Amino acid sequence: MIETKSLPTQYASQPGPVQTSSGKTLRTDEMIINMGPQHPSTHGVLRLEIVVEGEIIIDVIPHIGYLHRCFEKHAEHMTNYQQVIPYCDRLDYCAAINDEHSYVLAVERMLKIELPERVEYIRVVMAELQRIASHLIAVGTFGIDAGAFTPFLYAFHDRELILDLFEMTCGARLLYNYFWIGGLSHDIPPQFVDKAKQFCTYFRPRIKEFNDLLTYNEIFVKRTANVGVLPKDVALNYACSGPMLRGSGINWDLRRDDPYSVYHKLQWEPQIGKGEMGTVGDVWDRHIVRMREMEVSLSIIEQALAALPEGNVQAAIPKRIRPDAGEVYARTETPRGELGFYVISDGSGTPFRVKARAPAFVNLSVLPAISRGCMIADLVLIAGSVDIVLGQVDR
Amino acid sequence: MTAEEILNSLKAKFGDAIVEAKLDAPQPWIVVNPSRTKEIAFFLRDDPATRFDYMMCLSGVDYNNGKLGIVYHLFSMVHRHKIVLKAFCTKEQPHIQSVTSVWATANWHEREAFDMYGIVIDEHPDLRRILLPYDWEGHPLRKDYQVPEFYNGMKVPY
Amino acid sequence: MGLLDQRFENGNVFVTSLENLLNWARLSSLYQMQFGLACCAIEMMAASASDFDIMRFGIIPRATPRQADVMFVAGTVTLKMASRIKRLYDQMAEPRYIISMGSCANCGGPYWEHGYHVLKGVDRVIPVDVYVPGCPPRPEALLEGIIKLQEKVRKESLVKKPA
Repeated sequence: MIETKSLPTQYASQPGPVQTSSGKTLRTDEMIINMGPQHPSTHGVLRLEIVVEGEIIIDVIPHIGYLHRCFEKHAEHMTNYQQVIPYCDRLDYCAAINDEHSYVLAVERMLKIELPERVEYIRVVMAELQRIASHLIAVGTFGIDAGAFTPFLYAFHDRELILDLFEMTCGARLLYNYFWIGGLSHDIPPQFVDKAKQFCTYFRPRIKEFNDLLTYNEIFVKRTANVGVLPKDVALNYACSGPMLRGSGINWDLRRDDPYSVYHKLQWEPQIGKGEMGTVGDVWDRHIVRMREMEVSLSIIEQALAALPEGNVQAAIPKRIRPDAGEVYARTETPRGELGFYVISDGSGTPFRVKARAPAFVNLSVLPAISRGCMIADLVLIAGSVDIVLGQVDR
Repeated sequence: MTAEEILNSLKAKFGDAIVEAKLDAPQPWIVVNPSRTKEIAFFLRDDPATRFDYMMCLSGVDYNNGKLGIVYHLFSMVHRHKIVLKAFCTKEQPHIQSVTSVWATANWHEREAFDMYGIVIDEHPDLRRILLPYDWEGHPLRKDYQVPEFYNGMKVPY
Repeated sequence: MGLLDQRFENGNVFVTSLENLLNWARLSSLYQMQFGLACCAIEMMAASASDFDIMRFGIIPRATPRQADVMFVAGTVTLKMASRIKRLYDQMAEPRYIISMGSCANCGGPYWEHGYHVLKGVDRVIPVDVYVPGCPPRPEALLEGIIKLQEKVRKESLVKKPA
């Protein structure tokens, strides 16, 4: 059993009574600082109640729920399974496609339908493009957290190119409603493949440029290495997933280890943190995992585009979707980690219960454990490296 | 391990704490006694044959027949096998034992189950509402929930 | 009538009304309060990044409500957040403007029917100047909203008009 209180603190200077030069003990009081819900670097409406002694954090108490939009209630009240998809989009608004993927996978497993090969390949291409877009937001805003504004502009410029591809395909920039149960809403446009290939050739050198700009920047490394270390056993006990888990050196990726779609037909390797700049599992490791995952995604996209078969983009499914009574838990690897949907069907046309296991929610719960003993200025970086999206945390 | 072997080892160890099981479902599940979830969870996590070290999901459910429940989706990183545990309670006596001391991730999930369904998690270290405001009344994901007309002077329905 | 119409040919003197001058100053430096709520905040960030460049309208994000002139309510306002938004609005100095961005802030959006924890329109707690529709609105739509707000500020008068 892992006691959160006994975690190693990360700074040698422990809070405690301070001796003055005259030999008296100086009384130091704990102070409570409120960060959020309106704060530029909480990435949304997260509120952190921070107990500090001087500059050192004694405890962090996250207060969430400022964006609780009743997703699960809506899912139970829609008139059919299809109508839940737009609400899934709005869970993790930085990576809407991946959310849809997880939900449609759950319903398709209940219906036990086979998808056309073309659908699976297009889904992989879209999911990986979305992963790059989401990681670009993550590392761009992480740069702002560290005090660097320029990376944000670089990241958002490149992200616009991906959004153009999405816009070309389904007309929307942010929330797509593109994956439907049994297929896609419609086929990709004819010029999509060329444009996507162009993007891949354009973007690969940009990642190197971005790394030179931010990742290997001396100041950035000094601020992020050895900060907010998440040990392996704690990460597992808190069921962290995605770059959080891989940053701690655990080689675990659902795309490879619990295969769905056609990821098992493509050649790629998950990226893990190796502690190149400091300890394994520190903030820098989580950042570099995201940067390297973008390159991996590029290679997956190129392979999938090369193998893209012809065919239909909708499987033959009944007009009114009525899965047999039963339940299923399906999970996919989203940019933030394992997003699972636990869907219970009672045999009617609407879900009886939909629970979203949100990776951001679970990853955020480890924040108090990894920030105890850090300096208060590092908390911003630690919270940024968790890469939360409050829509998913609060649902 | 298959679900059947897990069920047998649980039955051998805990006997009547295992209420029922459904092994022919696509994802087999085992129903356990709600007041003994913690020791069962400890066994499942620490037994070298099972090693369920990763809790994927914990969901509260209202079965709409006077019954509430919590569903645990467990996974083992070591053996790569899965099992689903369920614990049921009634709406009159909504008590289920906490597994936070086994998997730390259960902490927030259990708070959410308390918030949304009013399931009182016994022995939970910090049982407060998590998503809704602390002064909210009722548990909104119960099937018989009525939306309040006003909250703090703000009209709630459209 | 534009501001610089009555500029004298030689010298740096120009004549305008005080009202015109104040309105011009206000509308060309609308400092924005830097906070976002939900999905629309991502589009707001995209608008402030290099491709759309919101700063060419004189909009600079400020982290504190005391220095802000305009607040973009970008996203779903929940009942838990509503009292905080009201407090932030109260902390802003006059003159202050609100742009309600996206369907959720306008009227509850897709959450209007079963959203037991969603405030159906931010105008139930604070007054709104410009509503930008969309779910989420494109950055161009937000820019249009800003231009509309600037038009509104340009027409303001120091003397209170009879109702």
